[in-house]
Amino acid sequence: MKRIRTPLDDETIRTLKAGDQVVLSGVILTGRDAAHKRLVEAYKAGQELPVDLRGQIIYYVGPCPAKPGKVIGSAGPTTSSRMDPYTPLLVRELGLKGMIGKGYRSQEVIDVIKEQGAIYFLAVGGAGALLAQRIKQAEVVAYPDLGAEAIYRLEVEDFPLIVGIDSEGRNAYDEQAKYRLARA
Amino acid sequence: MRKLPGRSWIPVLWSVRNKHLVVESMKQIHVNDIIETVERLCIQACTTLGDDWWQAMEKAVELEESPLGKSLLGILRENAELAASTGEPICQDTGLAVVFLEIGQEVSITGGNLYDAINEGVRCGYVNGYLRKSVVSDPLIRENTGDNTPAIIHTEIVPGSDLKITVAPKGAGSENSSGLKMLKPADGQEGVIKFVLEVVEAAGPNACPPIVVGVGIGGNLEKSALLAKKALLRPLGERHPKPHIAKLEEELLRRVNSTGIGPQGLGGRITALDVHVEVYPTHIASLPVAVNIQCHASRHAEAVL
Repeated sequence: MKRIRTPLDDETIRTLKAGDQVVLSGVILTGRDAAHKRLVEAYKAGQELPVDLRGQIIYYVGPCPAKPGKVIGSAGPTTSSRMDPYTPLLVRELGLKGMIGKGYRSQEVIDVIKEQGAIYFLAVGGAGALLAQRIKQAEVVAYPDLGAEAIYRLEVEDFPLIVGIDSEGRNAYDEQAKYRLARA
Repeated sequence: MRKLPGRSWIPVLWSVRNKHLVVESMKQIHVNDIIETVERLCIQACTTLGDDWWQAMEKAVELEESPLGKSLLGILRENAELAASTGEPICQDTGLAVVFLEIGQEVSITGGNLYDAINEGVRCGYVNGYLRKSVVSDPLIRENTGDNTPAIIHTEIVPGSDLKITVAPKGAGSENSSGLKMLKPADGQEGVIKFVLEVVEAAGPNACPPIVVGVGIGGNLEKSALLAKKALLRPLGERHPKPHIAKLEEELLRRVNSTGIGPQGLGGRITALDVHVEVYPTHIASLPVAVNIQCHASRHAEAVL
């Protein structure tokens, strides 16, 4: 299993192929529907953004509240396609380099990943308890009023991921065809 | 909270039936007991999975041919073990609280309103259990209610003097992948199978496979949807008592597992842990089919008061 560390440089990204299992350590941001909407609206209105996305990775997650003494509650990925309408702008204009979520992406997203040499990782959907253990620090950096949907800065250690769409646009979900039986 | 006596039997009516004197009585259940039970069930359902799930997963690991798929099933088992031992929710989407009530007709609820008690139990469970609050008060205005209420409550009146409460938290990833179609009777069983496969294919990785597929056939629009949801409560591996429906379940499971979707949608043999079908009489001109997809975290917990 490949070990990678943030910030991801272009060379590292190029070595990652769809379907590879990797473990990620370093700093990532979180954001889901509401935060994406606000970021895009702020950008379009010419306002300063509360976070710099250049070279960053966004994890699509809305965690459970942290129990006393814990860093964060259960924290697995949410469905990425809800972020598809916002993603091309984030990658092309704001320099976002990576995304972590679950599920298919639109053709526009696949195109922009390829064009910008970005990458889309999959986290295991529904493995929130396990993933939360790999998060060592969490702090809100923007939109605290959004609660679970606020933008957090997370420090992760050995965070298990699968390369979903690599920088050349290859898709890990294409593997399904291999296991498809004739008369499904 | 002041603790009031939970339940008691009190004679409410003396009557003469067949010339014998009989005592008919109502079992009293206090709302405080209901609140405590619902709170406990919310937390239990979100953090532990049943024996049937563990057995189904063991079989799934054996049958899975994809090395990545096998590894992913292993991660899901590890996650479930961790959740059970730490009390951390299995998944961060602790869902809408769906509550099924089977109320014995000889039960009397005391101390307050039954639905208020259920919602209070959900509130306590989600707040005290550090579960995520995922409910917005209005589907268009979308403001979080802050305590995961209101619950979705389904009530059934049954014979007897028990109150059975089932809490089945349901996340949006799988619920959003569900579907309903009013087929024509001429579409028959093949039409049903085709629609189930369409829904499963469209769900793909978003529903967090290996999934459980609940299918409701018959009734009308809302009845089929409720049947599909209830089908998800049946223990994994258990077949419908009607032989032709049991056979249909086997056929559907085989075909769902031939799609190649596999664990997490990354390809493999195990797309579903099981398919459960429930049926109900329907109109001469109707063939409603509802498909409720459940993610691998097949969460539900029951108690009888």
